[in-house]
Amino acid sequence: MRSRLGRVGRAESTLPSLLGRRWGAAGLLGLALAISGVAVAASGAGPPSSNLEDRVRAVASELRCVVCQNLSVADSPSDLAKEMRNLVRELLQQGKTREEIQAYFVSRYGEYVLLAPPKRGFNLLVWGLPFLAIAAGAWGIYLVTRRWMAQREESEQPMDPSYAEQIRRELQEREGPAGS
Amino acid sequence: MISTLGGFVLFFALCVTLYAVAASVAGARAGREDWLASSRNAVLAHFCLVTLAIFLLEYALITSDFSLRYVVNTSTRGSLTRYKIAGLWGSLEGSILLWEWLQALMATLVVARYSDRHRLLMPYVQAILQGISAFFLLLMTFGANPFTRVFPIPLDGRGLNPLLEVTDMLVHPLLLYLGYVGFSVPFAFAMAALITGRPSEEWLTITRRWTVVAWLFLTGGIFYGGWWSYRTLGWGGYWAWDPVENASFMPWLTGTAFIHSVMIQERKRMLKVWNLILITLTFSLVIFGTFLTRSGILGSVHAFADGPVGIMFLAFLALILLFSFSLVAYRSDRLKGHGELDSIVSRESAFLLNNLVLVGICFTVFLGTIFPLLAEAIRGTKISVGTPYFNRVSVPLGMALLLLMGIGPLIAWGRASLNNLKRNFLWPSLAAVAGAGILYVLGVRQTEVLLAFLLCLFVLGTVVFEFTVATRTRAKTTGEGMLGAFTTLLLKGRRRYGGLIVHLGVVVAIIGIAVSSVYKVEHEQTLKQGESLSVGPYSLRFDGLAAGERPTHILVWANLMASKNGKPLHELTPGQRFYPNQQTPFGSVDARYHWNEDLYVILSAFERDGSSATIKAMINPMISWIWIGGGVILLGVIVAVLPERHLAMLSLRARAQAA
Amino acid sequence: MSWKKALIPLACVPVIILLAYGFRTDPRAIPSPLLRQPAPGFRMAVFDGAELSLEGLKGKPVLLNFWASWCYPACYEEAPLLESTWRKYKDQGVMVVGVDVQDKEANAREFMRRFNFTFPNGPDPGSKISIDFGVYGVPETFFIDREGRITYKHVGAITPALVEAQVQALLKGK
Repeated sequence: MRSRLGRVGRAESTLPSLLGRRWGAAGLLGLALAISGVAVAASGAGPPSSNLEDRVRAVASELRCVVCQNLSVADSPSDLAKEMRNLVRELLQQGKTREEIQAYFVSRYGEYVLLAPPKRGFNLLVWGLPFLAIAAGAWGIYLVTRRWMAQREESEQPMDPSYAEQIRRELQEREGPAGS
Repeated sequence: MISTLGGFVLFFALCVTLYAVAASVAGARAGREDWLASSRNAVLAHFCLVTLAIFLLEYALITSDFSLRYVVNTSTRGSLTRYKIAGLWGSLEGSILLWEWLQALMATLVVARYSDRHRLLMPYVQAILQGISAFFLLLMTFGANPFTRVFPIPLDGRGLNPLLEVTDMLVHPLLLYLGYVGFSVPFAFAMAALITGRPSEEWLTITRRWTVVAWLFLTGGIFYGGWWSYRTLGWGGYWAWDPVENASFMPWLTGTAFIHSVMIQERKRMLKVWNLILITLTFSLVIFGTFLTRSGILGSVHAFADGPVGIMFLAFLALILLFSFSLVAYRSDRLKGHGELDSIVSRESAFLLNNLVLVGICFTVFLGTIFPLLAEAIRGTKISVGTPYFNRVSVPLGMALLLLMGIGPLIAWGRASLNNLKRNFLWPSLAAVAGAGILYVLGVRQTEVLLAFLLCLFVLGTVVFEFTVATRTRAKTTGEGMLGAFTTLLLKGRRRYGGLIVHLGVVVAIIGIAVSSVYKVEHEQTLKQGESLSVGPYSLRFDGLAAGERPTHILVWANLMASKNGKPLHELTPGQRFYPNQQTPFGSVDARYHWNEDLYVILSAFERDGSSATIKAMINPMISWIWIGGGVILLGVIVAVLPERHLAMLSLRARAQAA
Repeated sequence: MSWKKALIPLACVPVIILLAYGFRTDPRAIPSPLLRQPAPGFRMAVFDGAELSLEGLKGKPVLLNFWASWCYPACYEEAPLLESTWRKYKDQGVMVVGVDVQDKEANAREFMRRFNFTFPNGPDPGSKISIDFGVYGVPETFFIDREGRITYKHVGAITPALVEAQVQALLKGK
C-alpha cells in the first residue's frame, strides 16, 4: 500500500524513464564517441594529393625546423627551412616515399627532427595515454553516475507502510474537527 | 641609491607579508580581533611597499638609469617612453615584480571587500594570498632582484628583443598576468574553506565573479597572443604548441571546466571534492606555467630563464601541490556530497562530460609538453612533440566539446524528457544537417570541415533557438516589444545568456580556425622588377625595393601592387628590419586583413641591388573570425558578470526606450 | 587518513621528480646521430679550384668546418685558428676543408681574403652538404678520421685546446 506521500507525482510518461536508464546513456555517450571517431579518422593522413606542392607541404609539415623553435619546415620562414623544402621536393620527384624522406632526415638530425614522435616503442605512451585516460575518466563517470542514480532511487522509495498509516492518522486527527 | 632603496623595500615587504601570514593564522586560532586587524593593516602596508618598489623601478627605467642591470637589459636611451615603461615586464626580474604587485593588489581588494562578511574564512584567505606573495618576494630577494647593480655603468642599454618593442607588448603580458593572479583568489578561498573545515558552497558564490573575470583575462591574453603572433612573426600562424603557449592553455582548460562544474555544485551540492581538485589544479598549472617559462628546462621562444629561479619555482610548485592535495585528502570525509542523479540524459551529465573532455585535453597537452623530458630521462634521446601530435589528439576532443556546447545549455536539469529533447533540439539539428548539406553541395568535401560546420551550426542553432523562443515568450507575456524583451532577457538572465554568447564566440572562433587551416593557400616566388606573383585570385606585382632608417633599426621593404581579378587594390610593403645588435633581420609582415580572408605577404629574401625579391604570399580564409570570436567571448563574459546595480538602471532605461 | 587518500598528494611526486630532472638537461644540446658513423660523401666545387670530393680524402684525417660571412662573431673568432691549424698540420697529412653556407660568393671571397684562407673552401648550393651533415647553424666543425668516420662534432667556435686534442687523436688513430 502506497500513500500519497510516497512517490512524488510526475506528469511524465514512462517512456523517458526507460530512456533515462539504458538508451539515454547509450545515446548520449554513443553520439559523442561516434563524432570523436569520425573526427579521429578524418584528422588522420588525408588522401595523398597528386599535386607536388601539396605533398611537399605535407611531408615538410611533419619535420621540425631546426633553427626556429617549434615550427615545422613547412611553416618556417628561415633560409635553412627553405632549402630543406627544396630537398624534400627533389626527393619526392625522385620517387622517395614520406617514410624514406623522414628516415633520411632522422639519420642526419636524430629523432628530434620529427615533429611528432614515431608510433613505436616508448613513444606509444604519448599516443596511447590520452585515450586511456579519457576512457578511464568515462568509466569513472559511469561508476559515479550509477551510484548517484541508485541514491536517487533510495530517496524515492515508498515509505514504510505502517509509518505512512501513522502519518495519515495524525493528519486526520488534526484536520478532523475542521476539515472532514 | 635606487638600487639599495629598492632592495630594502622588497626585503621589508617580505617581512611584512610573513608577519601578515602569522598574524592572520594566529589571530584566527586565538580569536584575537586585534591581531586580525593588524594583519589586515599589514596587507595594505605590503601593497604600498610593493607599489613603491614599482615606482622606483619605473623611475629608473624612464630616466634610463643604467646603474641597474635590469634597466640595461630592457631598454636603451633611444627607446620610446612607453617601451621604457613596458620594460618593467620585459625581462625576468621585473616580470616577477609586476606579478607580485598584481598579487598584492588582489589581496588588498579581497580584504577590503570581504573582511566584514566572511569572518571565519577571511583570515586564512589572507594568509594564503600573503603566503603566495611571500614566495614571489623571497624569489626576488634571493634569486632575481630587479634592483641589482651593474658596474661599470654602461653608456647605453642593450634593450629588449626588438620583437617586443611593439604596442602588443603593452597589452599581452598584462592580460595574462591578471588572469593568472586572478585564479589565486578562488584558490585561496577553497583552501581556507578546507582549513576551517567548512567546505560549504559559500566559497563558490563568493569567488564566482573573481573566477569568471580571471578567466576572461586569461582568455583575452591567449587570443591576444595569437593575434600578435599572427601579425608579427611572419609564418602566417598563430599557435605553435610551444611549451609556454601550452602553459597558458592548460590552466585555461581546467579553469573552464571549473566554471562549468561549479554550476552543478551550486544547484545540487555535488562534486565538492572534484571542484576543489579543479581549482587546485588550475592554480598549480598557473605556477607550473610560470615555472616552465622561467626555468629553461624546455626550450621555447618565450622562455627567459636564469639561475636558482627555476629551482625555487619548482619547490614552490611542489609545496602547493602537496599542501593542497593533502588538505583535500584530509577533509574528504566532510566533502561527501549526497549526489543524486535522475537520468543520464540531463544537464548534469552534459557537464560531467564537459569536464571529462576539458580535463582530457589538458592532460594531453600536459603529457605532450613534458614527454620529451620523460623520453630523454628514460631513453636518453631527444625527441620532439609538436603540432602534428597535438592537433591529432585535440581535434576529436574539440569536436566532442562542440557537441556538448550545443546540448548542455538546453537540456533539462535532472531528467530530460523526450518532449524536452524534441522541442529544444529538433530545429537546431535539422538546421545543422541542412547547412552541412548545402556546404557539401557547394563543394566542401573534407570530412573535418564538414563535421566542424555541422557541429558549429548545431550550437549556433541552439543559441539562436533559445534566444528566439525566450524573447518571444517574454514579449508575449509582458507586452514588451521584441527588442525590449530581448534586452530585459539579457539583463535578467545575464549569467545564462552571457554564457550563451560566450558559446557563440567559441563557435565563431572554431569556424575561423577550421576554415583558415584547411583552405590556406600559399605561394613563394622570386620576382624581378615588374614581375608578378599570383596566389588565388590575387596578383602581386613587384615594383622595387626601398630602404629607410628608423629610430631603432634599418627597414628594407618591397613595394608590391596587389590586385584582385585584375582590379588593382592597394600597395603592400612587406619588409625586413635590421637591428644593430641582431645577427639576422626580423621580418615585417604586411597584409590586407579582411573579415572573410587575409592576404598575407612577407619578404623572404632580396638582392642588395634591388633587382629581385623573394616574396611569399598566402591567403588565410576566414582567419579574422578567430579574433572576432574572441571579441564575442569578451562581450558574453561582460554580460554575464554585470553587477546588480547597473542592471536595474539599464533595465529601466531599456523599458523606457521600448515604451 | 587511509592510504587511499594519501594517494592524491603522492601522485604529484613523480611529476615533480621528472621536472627536477629537467634541470640536468640542456634543451639546446642536440646530440648528432652521425657520431662514429661514416661521414656522408660529397663533391664540392672549390673557390678558384677544381672539384673536391670527401671520398678522395680517405686515408687523411679531415677537419671539416661549416662557416658563413654573415656569421658574426663566432666564425670571425675561429677563422684565424682554422688557417693556423691548416698551416701547422698540413705537412702531417691533415686536411682542413671549409664549406661556405647560404652565402654570396663576393662576401665569401672577402671573408677568405681577410683571413688569408689557403685551405680549400667551397660553396654549398641548396645547402645539400649542410643538411647531409645535420648542420643546424654556423659554425659547426666535424673531425673525421682516416677511415672516413666522424669522431667528433663541435657546435660553435672552436678553441685551440679543442683542435689540438682532436687533431692529435686523429693522427694517432688507426
